[in-house]
Parts: sequence; structure tokens; C-alpha cells
Amino acid sequence: MDGSESKLKQYTLGVLAHLLLLLVWYLFVRLGDVPKFVMPSPVDTFRALGVADYGWWANTLVTGTEIFGGYALALSVGVLLALLFTWSKTLESLMLPLLVTLNMIPKVALGPLIIVWFKYGVFPNAMMAFSIAVFPILLTTARGLREVEPELLDLVRSLRGSRWQLFTKIQLPGALPYVFAGMKVAAILAVAGAIVGEFLGSDRGLGYLMLQVQVTLDTPAMFMAVILITLLGMLLYGLVLGLERLLVVKDARVS
Amino acid sequence: MSEPFIHLAGVSKTYRTGRKQHLAISDASFDVMPGELVALVGPSGCGKSTLLKILAGLHPHDDGTVRIGSATHAFDPTRDIGMVFQAPLLLKWRRILDNILLPAEILGLPVAEARERARGLMAMVGLQGYEQKYPYELSGGMQQRAAIARALVHDPKLVLMDEPFGALDALTREKMNLELLRIWKESGKTIMFVTHGISEAVFLGTRVVVMTAGPARMADNFEIDLPHPRTLDMKTHERFGVYTRRIYKLLGME
Repeated sequence: MDGSESKLKQYTLGVLAHLLLLLVWYLFVRLGDVPKFVMPSPVDTFRALGVADYGWWANTLVTGTEIFGGYALALSVGVLLALLFTWSKTLESLMLPLLVTLNMIPKVALGPLIIVWFKYGVFPNAMMAFSIAVFPILLTTARGLREVEPELLDLVRSLRGSRWQLFTKIQLPGALPYVFAGMKVAAILAVAGAIVGEFLGSDRGLGYLMLQVQVTLDTPAMFMAVILITLLGMLLYGLVLGLERLLVVKDARVS
Repeated sequence: MSEPFIHLAGVSKTYRTGRKQHLAISDASFDVMPGELVALVGPSGCGKSTLLKILAGLHPHDDGTVRIGSATHAFDPTRDIGMVFQAPLLLKWRRILDNILLPAEILGLPVAEARERARGLMAMVGLQGYEQKYPYELSGGMQQRAAIARALVHDPKLVLMDEPFGALDALTREKMNLELLRIWKESGKTIMFVTHGISEAVFLGTRVVVMTAGPARMADNFEIDLPHPRTLDMKTHERFGVYTRRIYKLLGME
């Protein structure tokens, strides 16, 4: 088959690009004689995993909890608010401009406040991830629910279809691609939110670990932490993509 | 003489947005007999789409009489309207068969029967074998066929078509015209067909209603005396030319 063959080629090239990056990285450090504390080689970086004191697994789990927890909350709250807006035009007119303004707040600037309100720990960092991830989900979902072709509305009304039928048969499934578009943006933001939270104040997590090893100039461990954070992000993003493939027809996907 | 299925007398409609008034239709009067295919032709902004919306019960009219249905042909406004638009407006996430079933679902018709009917209609519009495809897998012409099947699935008495082939290329359009005539004959529906294609109106219509813009009004209403089934070579028929010239003249193009 032509299609699957080109797909295979696409995947192979993708994997190849990653391996190539590792190789370039390795050669750059080896041949350039770069000191380890400036840039460790891939080998040194992976060796950092051997330091049991760093509690890699526990810290990854903490950061993962913050990201996924904040994200799940953002998804529930974002979609729920968007749904409320479709049911009450007044509520939407009241809230949407306000939310657009709130969205303009650099969420990072809320960090110190969140610490004042919730102290250190997993919860405030999840809140940080939540606050940064909720807006794209809310705004794209609200938009998706609004995007009903006027003529489709006519079609339903000519059959005296109810508001509920319009909602369940047309608005809701029609909004799903938009929900996913928001979810994809939010996935990237949630990771950034959790890490910024850990930078600002925490006693656990990969971001916290990075600050600790920075003091001792253990650059390989910092590299490793970045890689693990990236992997967490890829896991979340991959889950969202997989779910989208499952639920949204190819043609309807919004990029 | 049997009673008309649609009776319009002195229908007018004005849209008001703020202080501005826009006369969309003035004094539209014509009758449509059961089973007729009436072509409503005119330039953009002449109120032909507004007229369809009034017939569909989507907009109230201001003045005049609108009566649909007769003693012999009952009409239930809540379930006897089928609509086809310029865009197919199929739901992207539904397979073709499920798209066609939408009106049946909204009306709450028995599922098994509706499915059976939808399959039959798909065969009639030439989409057999595409039941489980998604809209994006079909060409524009095929999507519009599906839209026509959707408009027929709940067995409405009146089908309203608003420039259904306006977005198709010229060749597909000719083909769809022939298909529509066949579907119309097979289904026996009364069809109101809005178009700004003059030769399309003459070719399809048993009757043509001409509307002009600025101000919007009904300019003419005449029967097309060409035999059925219509064939493409009728377009070179002398009478075909007489009809199209008559419309061109009304629209100030001659």
C-alpha cells in the first residue's frame, strides 16, 4: 500500500532526526572538548540518573502529578464554563470580556500570590498549571460551540427541532475539534506552568531538583531533568493526540 | 381544476434593523400546484431566499396570505418541509447514512423504518455503497446528492432548495439538473427551487417565478411548456430560447 509505506517512511525519518540530534550533540561535546559543567555529553547526562540522592522517580512523579492534575482541572473547568456560556447568552456577554482580560495577565506573575495563598507544594504548582492551561481550552471550546452554520440552524428549526437537539446533535459534536485544538495548546502550557511553579517555590519536583543541582553545578543532572520534563510533556501531548484520533473524524480536526 | 398546494397572495416582508428598513419582498402572489417544480429566479437581493424562509416557517411575513396545503393535500408545517442549501452542510463527524438520518432523528421517527428509507433514497440519488463513508470522502456533487436525500428522508410534502447547485462546476451542475428532474419525478414532491441561473430555471421548472431587485418585487410568473422528461437538447429548442429571453428582458439584460 502506498499510504502505509509513506507513513512508515515518515516515522522512520522522524526517529532518525532524533537520533541524529543525539549524535550531533555527542560529537559536538567530544570533538569540541566542551567542559562537562557547560554541556555534558548524552552519555554523562544519562549517567546522572545513577545518582540515587536525586530521587528521580519521586520527583518525576511529583511534577507529573502537578501537570496532569492541573491539566485535568483546566479541562473540566474550561469545558464546563464554555458549556454554561452557550446556555446563557447574558452570562457569556458578562464573563467573556472579563476572561479575555484575565487571560492577558502573565500567569507567571501570579506565582508569588499563589504561594501566599496556598503555600508550597504540589497543589499550588498544579494551580499554576491550571491557571495557564484553562484559558485556551475555555476560549476555543466557547468558539467551537458558537460556530454553527446559520443554515444548519434553519434546517433544524424548519423541523421544529428543540434547543436540546441542536445542542446534542450539532453544537456539541461540532465543538469537539475545537476542544482538542485548545487542549493541545494547553498541554504545552500546563507543563510550563508546573515548572515555573516549582522554580518559584517548592520542595519537590523536577523543577525544584534543577535549582538544587544548579548550586553544585551538576549540569548533567540539569540536562536530565529537562529531558524528563520534556518526556512528561510528550506523554500528555501524545495522550491528547491519541484521544483526538479516536474521537474526531480526520476532516473535522482543527489545527 | 384542483386546489393549489401553495397559495401566496400579496405577501410582503420588511426587515428592520434599528431605524433602517429593508423591503425584502413586496406583493408576491402565485400558486403552486401539488407536484410542481417551481423555479424562483432573480438576481441577488431580490428576496427569493426570504420567500423560501417564509415558506419554511422560519420568518413571519408582514402582509398578505401564505397558505400551504389543501383539502386533498394536507400539510403539517412541523414535519413536511425538506431543505437543501447551496452548501451541502453535512455533519463532518457523521457517516453519510447517519447524515441523511438527521431529520428523522429530530422528528423522532421510528429508527428501523427511517434507516430503510434512507438506504432507498441513497440508491435513488446514486449513492449506493457510500453509506459508511464520511462527507470528506465524497465530491461536492455527491455531497449535494446526500443533502437531497437528507431533505427527503422524512418524506416531506414540500422541498425547498436554495441555489443547491450554485457551488458546483458547470458540468456537474448540468448532470445534477438531470438527476434532480429524475428524483422529482420518482418522488412526486412539490419543489421550490431558487436559482439565479436563468437557463437552469427554464430547464427545471414546470413554472418560473421571476423576481427583480431594487425594489424587490415579483415580476412575472409563467408556465414552461416543454415536454417531460426534459433532455439537454431541449436547451436548443426554439421555445427554450423564447422563455430565457423573456426572463432576460425582465431582469433588464436585453
